[in-house]
Amino acid sequence: MSINRRDFLKGALAGGALLGMGAEAEARPNKTMPPQALGLLFDSALCIGCKACVAACKRVNGLAPDPTSGDDPLWDVPLDMSAYTYNVIKVYKSGTAVHKDQETDGYAFMKQSCLHCVDPSCVSACPVSAMLKDPVTGIVSYDAGACIGCRYCVAACPFGVPRFEYNKALPKIGKCELCRHRMADGHYAACAEVCPTGATLYGKVTDLMAEARRRLALKPGEKTVFPRGQLGGPDQSYSAPAPKYIPQVYGEKELGGTQMIKLASVPFDKLGHRPLPERSYASISEGLQHTLYSYLILPAAVLGVLGVVAKRNAKHDDDDDDGSAGRGRK
Amino acid sequence: MANAHAVAPLGGRLVTPVTVVLAGLTAIAGVILLFRFFFGLGAVTNINDGFPWGIWIAYDVMVGSALACGGYAMALLVYIFNRGEYHPLVRPALLASLFGYTLAGASVIFDLGRWWNVWHIFWPGYAQINSVMFEVAVCITAYIVVMWIEFSPVFLEKLGMKDVKRKLNKLLFFFIALGVLLPSMHQSSLGSLLVVFGYQVHPLWQTMLLPLLFLMTAILLGFAVVIFEASLVSVGFKRPGETSILARLSRIMYWTLAAYMAVRVGDLVWRGVLGAAFAPTLEALMFWVEMLAFAAPLVLLASESSRGRASRLFVSAVLLMLGGFMLRINGFLVGYETGSGYHYFPSVPELLVTIGLVAFEVLAYIVFVRTLPVLPKHATH
Repeated sequence: MSINRRDFLKGALAGGALLGMGAEAEARPNKTMPPQALGLLFDSALCIGCKACVAACKRVNGLAPDPTSGDDPLWDVPLDMSAYTYNVIKVYKSGTAVHKDQETDGYAFMKQSCLHCVDPSCVSACPVSAMLKDPVTGIVSYDAGACIGCRYCVAACPFGVPRFEYNKALPKIGKCELCRHRMADGHYAACAEVCPTGATLYGKVTDLMAEARRRLALKPGEKTVFPRGQLGGPDQSYSAPAPKYIPQVYGEKELGGTQMIKLASVPFDKLGHRPLPERSYASISEGLQHTLYSYLILPAAVLGVLGVVAKRNAKHDDDDDDGSAGRGRK
Repeated sequence: MANAHAVAPLGGRLVTPVTVVLAGLTAIAGVILLFRFFFGLGAVTNINDGFPWGIWIAYDVMVGSALACGGYAMALLVYIFNRGEYHPLVRPALLASLFGYTLAGASVIFDLGRWWNVWHIFWPGYAQINSVMFEVAVCITAYIVVMWIEFSPVFLEKLGMKDVKRKLNKLLFFFIALGVLLPSMHQSSLGSLLVVFGYQVHPLWQTMLLPLLFLMTAILLGFAVVIFEASLVSVGFKRPGETSILARLSRIMYWTLAAYMAVRVGDLVWRGVLGAAFAPTLEALMFWVEMLAFAAPLVLLASESSRGRASRLFVSAVLLMLGGFMLRINGFLVGYETGSGYHYFPSVPELLVTIGLVAFEVLAYIVFVRTLPVLPKHATH
């Protein structure tokens, strides 16, 4: 009648087994970068904060003025990424904010847009394949036709990138897709196309990474050459003295790597980029799910056991219309 | 579900002050939802890009489905652990679960921005099986269907279709097994939904044991809700109480709770994050509300005699429901932080929709038990 010690121990054992599985859930490894992956290199030290990239992004993506600009805006002044703004330049300021790229009494710019993760949380979270990672270019794309508008991607993204149209009856998610819709006619990411200083540079991620390492190896003040537009495209380079960098390529290792990588002269956590582990959250989440549901073996086995037990315990219920009481345990 | 004990419709008036108020609250929610569908989610809710999920998810789905685990917990007890003496509690519990789950599932539609595509979740080519939400959606939908099948003998009785009922009863064990497996899967996965959020969920709640914590509390809430509802039914419909059977049930609930607390605290200690509970933050405060709501019944129900007291049972059940509520609200809202500058507290219309949903559930429950054979036959007065 009352639960006895044996039953309690059985329950505790079953719970313990599940617990052990949870603790040891062998996550799948991080996904790896496609060899031909495309991306961006953003160099905070080269950015002058002109926001030409913000305007160009809105133009080529046909994005309406941001709601934060007011009802009938003379200027579109987005303060943050939104469903109407896929790319925004933010400023870090400290103290008197006179010196560019200086942590104290200085300021610095940072580009905020989709980082095109190697192992994206949004793709893992999306239940309907509306967020997809291209197997060749690695671009993380959005398909409104598939999307159910659940906003799991919005909640899951560790960089707060996908945004939702809260004030529309027929809303969509908005995010940077690296101008994949402009690639067919030879264009590339508009933010890099228009950047006057090469602070945003477009290219293959392997090339961009080599360029980032070259810059980190420079002696501050030493004369060097900075390419603009597309790395490996027409030469638009110019020469300038090398800035002093924080010795880190943000996006090289963070959550398994991103295809937009960044250099800066001010620590990244000051620029809205917190330190992140190397293991992707997608791999942890999917590892857990795969441990529990791999080929449905565990659920099928549990269902089998439950079925046998339930058949035994419910068999007296077959002819229950007589209303006889005192049923149940034999 | 087949029931060894005689059950009968309660009868009585359907139009009472209580049902009229419930219908009014339901209607208000309906009007607000019209606005939502014509002018977007932002027109009636306070959700934003920092808190893309509000109470329509955190309460209606997460808490709502957990509070609807009475049927699951009782089926587990009666059919898997072979505790036939709890049989009278199965059918009413299943009915509450049926409504709770059906509405939790249906309410998702209100929250989906592109609701007309919802079938994509089940459609090969769209379905994305690595998504935790895919697992949750498929399992909850399947469970709602299974519950209607489990409950169908009640309709068949009413319709006098004895043949169909007898055939169904032969297969019922399979649906009972599914009815235990499916909630075990999706209630745990509701916790797993948070895993991919990574650092965005406060360390007091972000753990690989989330599926186990959500599963154990779903079972706990199932027991608590059965006690809560049985108490309310005996008062509300002026029926004799069932304290003796509830006292025995509470003993099982007690040990489940003890096991849960051991896992919960053990996990916090093992991950070395207990210090965060003593920081002067809102998260820490809400953590203690959650933990105290779970801990108090451990004291309240410690002795055999205390479990026999209807008032203690009722208070403990309410506390456990609060604890389960807090765990889910904490995980999905209080402990969630995607970046600075975002705030969320539900708007009045948002709250009214949730209240209307609960009102509709209670209303449907009253109509069902008055017109269908659900509750054990007692001499009512």
